[in-house]
Amino acid sequence: MTPLAVTAFTATSAVGSGNDAHAQALASGRGGLRRNDFTSHELQTWIGRVEGIEALRLPTQLAGCDCRNNRLAWQGLQQDGFRDAVRRSIARHGATRVALVLGTSTSSIGATEEAYARLGADGQFPADMRRPEIHTPHSLGHFVAQALGIAGPCVTVATACSSSAKVFAQAERLIRLGLVDAAVVGGVDTLCGSALFGFNSLELISREPCRPFDQARSGISLGEAAGYVLLERSGDAQAWFVGHGESSDAYHMSSPHPQGLGARLALQDALARAAIAPGDIQYINLHGTASQKNDEVEAALIAEIFPPEVAASSTKGWTGHTLGAAGIIEAVICLLSMRHALRPGTLNTTSLDAHCGPQIRIHTEHSPVSTALTQSFGFGGNNCVLVFASSARA
Amino acid sequence: MTAQLSASVAGLGFWSPALPSWPIARDVLLGSAAPPAAPPARVAARLLAPTERRRASDTIAVALEVAASACEMAKMDPRSLPSIFASTHGDLPINDYMCSTLASTPLLCSPTKFHNSVHNAASGYWTIGTGCVKQSTALTAWTYTFANGLLEALVQAVADDTPVLFVAYDVAARGPLVAISPSAGLLAAALILDPRRRAQDLRPRLSCRIEGEPQIGAPPPVPPQWADILPDNAMRQCLPLFCALARSADSTLLLGLSTGCRLAVAVKGAAAAGHDE
Repeated sequence: MTPLAVTAFTATSAVGSGNDAHAQALASGRGGLRRNDFTSHELQTWIGRVEGIEALRLPTQLAGCDCRNNRLAWQGLQQDGFRDAVRRSIARHGATRVALVLGTSTSSIGATEEAYARLGADGQFPADMRRPEIHTPHSLGHFVAQALGIAGPCVTVATACSSSAKVFAQAERLIRLGLVDAAVVGGVDTLCGSALFGFNSLELISREPCRPFDQARSGISLGEAAGYVLLERSGDAQAWFVGHGESSDAYHMSSPHPQGLGARLALQDALARAAIAPGDIQYINLHGTASQKNDEVEAALIAEIFPPEVAASSTKGWTGHTLGAAGIIEAVICLLSMRHALRPGTLNTTSLDAHCGPQIRIHTEHSPVSTALTQSFGFGGNNCVLVFASSARA
Repeated sequence: MTAQLSASVAGLGFWSPALPSWPIARDVLLGSAAPPAAPPARVAARLLAPTERRRASDTIAVALEVAASACEMAKMDPRSLPSIFASTHGDLPINDYMCSTLASTPLLCSPTKFHNSVHNAASGYWTIGTGCVKQSTALTAWTYTFANGLLEALVQAVADDTPVLFVAYDVAARGPLVAISPSAGLLAAALILDPRRRAQDLRPRLSCRIEGEPQIGAPPPVPPQWADILPDNAMRQCLPLFCALARSADSTLLLGLSTGCRLAVAVKGAAAAGHDE
């Protein structure tokens, strides 16, 4: 495919707000997980909770959209000059020539949960929660479009944990076909009861900080995050988006295909669109949730397809699994790996599973990266792989 | 630059209790048939194995029903089609269940209800049920959901020069959500969009472009043949296009994509809609 310029990007997660906080945390091995202090019912697990969201206030004109997810979306927009970059892009192309394509898994369902916990005697939502705009799954796109003044197509993609990876593919097609000149892509997901107790019901939650690809891993740690990338046909590129691949497992709603069929198809599609070979990649950010099944299948796939010198890791030990925001956060980590010549390792992991090949690294390495790839897999067997490069020709 | 996207309508699906198939819906609109006297109580969901059918919600059942019907009409193998699933609200009864359970007994949350609560549940069941490994997505844009789903379907079809399946659906709200996210009954519709032209292509053709202006005024009124018997469902957004496809006259629809822009949809050659070539 014709590469697209990444003209701005940013990430906010439990390790901090903005790109520098992420680069420093990755380089130093400082993780963001803490004991669960989020749920009112006790749940023994560790979470990646973003500091300061409770105290954050939205501007008056956006106050109708107030809820944890939109506050985190707003916090993310303030970092790394992202809003200014979008403002310049709108000035250059026109507000209707910029699209907004955001991913989320649970959007602001946390607000709906809160309303149900405080139902009135009449069985209805309390007055302060009777705001339909925060109880729709499009709450995120609706809010960010207003916050950024984007007037082009505005859509929220919700394919569980692949959501904010698939937004890159959707935006690339819109730009390729000349429907828009730029797109803000990204994703936001916040901690909520649905995710914490839902994953708990599937027995996928770890009681300790998650240890991706460890032979003694015991499940996932959930987190929350917001991230954005500005994609343009051309411009002052900080990096390039060069390939995407999408597929379905056609196997099971909440368990990966045992031979990684869908993951393999998405990976092959992404490499083909980027016109590169597996050995051209220096760093792979894996889905690596620390669930038994995901890590086993993903490790075997990486061992089979990539040469040993390619470094691969899961960064979920730093951020937790941020669900619908995982795609964008890990895309930004790929961009930071190129900017800082950094190949992140796998935090909390001490002894790799037998399925892991030499590609999967525990320790962070300081070594140049010119091409990076990230994998995201969601419920429903929904897979997406993205490739980024430091130059337009990977 | 005003890029235009074009595709032929190779198949249609439609389901609501009063109009439980596209041929019935079309004939009722055209006045050539009366609505069925005894509407079906439930969607058949013939694609699902009996155990899955018991676990599948109305959302999944109705989406899969129209998807399967559209593939049959198009005589296309579902495994060959990328798919786009669009729903304004997602599964409101599951949201009601999850939020009620979380407010009282969070540790008793049902794992099946949880994994069916994802917005892409229908997409997942469809790809699993048909064995389709092509890409599948699920999206929402609230009151602009149908137009954004149609746009993404056309974009995928044209960008990769492949027929695609587009499914749009909503179900009934339940509990306190009735007052907040209104949607009644079941309504689902599906299109197979094929960008490739055939020799002597008799299939209706859609040509769309984005216009940088907001949608002006209310959408065209839905004729009483449909309006009087279809539920007040959030996916009524789809009805203007399906009316145009049922009728023989060429027409242009303006569907809002966001507060700032709209999709202009030209429908050509609708005479052939629903008829064998």
